[in-house]
Amino acid sequence: MKDFLFVYRNDFKNQPTGSPEELQAITKKWMDWIGGIAAQNKLVDRGNRLTHDGRVVKPNNVVTDGPYTEIKELIGGYSIVKAESFDEAVEMAKGCPIFPFGGNVEVREINPM
Amino acid sequence: MKQQELIPHLFRTEFSKITAVLAKLFGFEHIEIAEDIASDTFLLASETWSIKGLPENPAAWLYTVAKNKAKDYLRRNKLFSEKITPQLQYSNSELHELDIDLSDTNIVDSQLQMMFAICQPAIPPEAQIGLSLRILCGFGIEEIANAFLSNKETINKRLMRAKAKLREENVEIAFPANAEIDKRLETVLTTIYLLFNEGYHSLSQNTTIRKDLCLEAIRLAYLLTINPATDKPAVNALLALMCFHASRFEARTNPDGEQVLYEDQDTSLWDIELINRGKFYLNRAAEGGELSKYHVEAGIAWWHTIYEDTPEKWESILQLYNRLLMIEYSPMAALNRTYALAKANGKPEAIVEAEKLQLTGNQLYYTLLGHLYTDVDNGKAIGHLKMALNLAKSDNDKATLQKTILKITEGL
Repeated sequence: MKDFLFVYRNDFKNQPTGSPEELQAITKKWMDWIGGIAAQNKLVDRGNRLTHDGRVVKPNNVVTDGPYTEIKELIGGYSIVKAESFDEAVEMAKGCPIFPFGGNVEVREINPM
Repeated sequence: MKQQELIPHLFRTEFSKITAVLAKLFGFEHIEIAEDIASDTFLLASETWSIKGLPENPAAWLYTVAKNKAKDYLRRNKLFSEKITPQLQYSNSELHELDIDLSDTNIVDSQLQMMFAICQPAIPPEAQIGLSLRILCGFGIEEIANAFLSNKETINKRLMRAKAKLREENVEIAFPANAEIDKRLETVLTTIYLLFNEGYHSLSQNTTIRKDLCLEAIRLAYLLTINPATDKPAVNALLALMCFHASRFEARTNPDGEQVLYEDQDTSLWDIELINRGKFYLNRAAEGGELSKYHVEAGIAWWHTIYEDTPEKWESILQLYNRLLMIEYSPMAALNRTYALAKANGKPEAIVEAEKLQLTGNQLYYTLLGHLYTDVDNGKAIGHLKMALNLAKSDNDKATLQKTILKITEGL
């Protein structure tokens, strides 16, 4: 088994909005999806969501704020799963609830240090 | 209570107390001496009481005899007095003054410290459970053998090996340092929960001993809650969880000893007092921000104390199983999660998820698939149930599966 990182990206403008009930329904989809991976004993770390606020530190002590709200592919969160192969990890990512909102999942194999 | 009932009852509760206090005094390496003194005390008790009748306060009588026997032992045994007594900081002449503290506080403290001494990852879980039953719960070797569906010889060997290993590890009968307590408690809680499950799910047909195991597990967790150092949220959560499960003990088996499925249980047999105690401890578990797997499992068990099927119930149970699996995977949690998924999101989605689990070799996996395919594809349902039947070991399970298969076949 190898570990794979799922990076969830989405356009900031496509962030789900709506009533508390609608937001709860989206949370349920995520929990059911990750729960399904965990039920196969393939979840390493459910990971976290990331807040929208950010800084970028560049050479020569240059620090910039966003403008993240303009970015088309904002990283919204990550998880770590384990799989026998890249194909299997990709197959797992296909069920991610991010797709109806126009987002995508980047799947990367982790190379342990 | 009549004498023939009183002695075994006293034996269990007082044996564990006397052993813990004496072992604490002598050190874990001499635990067998503590056990022997406790056993001798009970031997003398049954001889004396059968002639002279019961003393007014049997427990006090036992403590006096145990103290005297301990002092005699220390006096008589040269090796012990030379090697151990100096460590106890008593000189030989002072020995008769040696105060063996059998006060309630010291008994509870000694038992708690003994719990930490026994629950060590260095020895296998079944040895931890066996030692707990013997030393902390005062079970006889035969009773333990009964509970494990084993024989006295095997159990004796297992316990001897475990004690030797603990001696080798220089285990101390003491409270862990404050910084270590949470980590050490984890092992203690695991053992208590395994002890409970041994009683709750045991293949043993002896329902009395099974119930005793469950009640002992509850008692040990309760002991942890009365000491401020160990009264942690996870302990309260585990205690709540066990109370909720144990509340259905009477309803789970019919008079023939066959298992009664949850849906078919007579809810008037559910123990309301245990359910209420569970709620009390669950509330206490919520103090502090910690969310252990026991909290999540207690939440699931609480929902099961509500018999009525509602969408809210199954959605909550599903989300709790999702969380539980994110904390710690177990095949049982994966199967139960999929069952809840069927109840909350419908069978088609649950079938897709169930097929991914691939817990081949697990009887309950095929039972689950059989259940999910029932009324969706009865042919497949029967196929899976027959797989389960092939894997089933107990007669009860086989009978239940055959009944289910017959029911579907007749409906085809």
